[in-house]
Amino acid sequence: MYQFNYERPKTLADAESLLGKADDPKILAGGQTLIPTLKQRLAMPSDVIDIGGIKELDFIRAEGDAVMIGAATRHATVSASPDVQKHNPALAALAGGIGDPAVRHMGTLGGSIANNDPAADYPAACLGLDAKIHTTKRLIEADEFFTGMFETALQDGEIIKEVTFPHPEKAAYMKFRNPASRYAMVGVFVSKGPWGVRVAVTGAGQNGVFRVAEMEEALAKNWSPDAVANIKLPAKGINSDLHGSAEYRAHLVTVMAKRAVAAAG
Amino acid sequence: MSVVAMTVNGKPASADVEPRTLLVQFIREQLGLTGTHVGCDTSQCGACVVHVDGRAVKSCTMLAAQAEGAEVLTIEGLAANGDLHPVQKAFREHHGLQCGFCTPGMIMTAVDLIRRKPELDEETVRDELEGNICRCTGYHNIVKAILAASQEMR
Repeated sequence: MYQFNYERPKTLADAESLLGKADDPKILAGGQTLIPTLKQRLAMPSDVIDIGGIKELDFIRAEGDAVMIGAATRHATVSASPDVQKHNPALAALAGGIGDPAVRHMGTLGGSIANNDPAADYPAACLGLDAKIHTTKRLIEADEFFTGMFETALQDGEIIKEVTFPHPEKAAYMKFRNPASRYAMVGVFVSKGPWGVRVAVTGAGQNGVFRVAEMEEALAKNWSPDAVANIKLPAKGINSDLHGSAEYRAHLVTVMAKRAVAAAG
Repeated sequence: MSVVAMTVNGKPASADVEPRTLLVQFIREQLGLTGTHVGCDTSQCGACVVHVDGRAVKSCTMLAAQAEGAEVLTIEGLAANGDLHPVQKAFREHHGLQCGFCTPGMIMTAVDLIRRKPELDEETVRDELEGNICRCTGYHNIVKAILAASQEMR
């Protein structure tokens, strides 16, 4: 790691002020991506602002027809939350399948979506559940938030505060793990709710998480695995690497979508 | 440099370190507690697992500064009054190790697992060991040891 200044503010206001003063800061939440990145010297921030100790960012609240989750809430907390398990079991299962138990004790919701790794799980949940992302500056719809591989709509100095996940009527997430890294080679989140039907895909797209309109239309007419069985994605725009070709991943999208619809019931 | 202070194995510990110091470096190099191992140094192998405020974490993927004020438990703090912890005993009893390099992380992960899920079956144990790699045993005796310890601790 290169040298940096480290700050651990106790309040969101202090974090904002530190971010404003720093030359080239990075926000540290759980650090499960940022610390490996720093260790490989792929980033050289002047200041690391650790928001992992800000209590007002660590909460889960079920209110009305949605669950609100604070940005610094750990994956293990989300997966074990009775509120999330009751109202949004697909989201609890997704959080409980990220990384491994030790990673889930540190990694946070806000960190995952701010990083927007093209193989991360939470972006699929946000996009697949029509989530609202509240920041220190504004409210961003999931559809507007994820703008490309490792890119989001967040501006400098903007901190994610919480994410609102509306309750789905039906939802499930299925991922095909890379046998070595265990990251999603393809993960598909399907849901049905007041927003209609959504199908969000992670792991496959060259620009990160994306929706599949053709599958959404087919499932809106007929919610069954058969409805998506013959919908094939073109290989164009799909990731290709030593773990799998674009054609292979495109095929997996259909397979995972079928499994997810079946699991959602 | 800045002073980082925490409680390690029940005793206060502090040191003046660079902000980029990892928790595992703090434990091994500042405190001389070398039971916590660095295997892959990329958050995959789990040899560096310790408990921070009661939860298993990978100490190679956490800054020492993030543990400021926390209660840290390492493998050295597990045995009480010279008596091995039931998970340590079970690893010895069931030969849950060969070279022993992964063992501290395996045991710290297992103690955390049994705390979270007192009722364990083999499938759950194997699933929960996703973040710990052993290159000797094929996991079979590790799983046996963890199941036996969970029985013992009920």
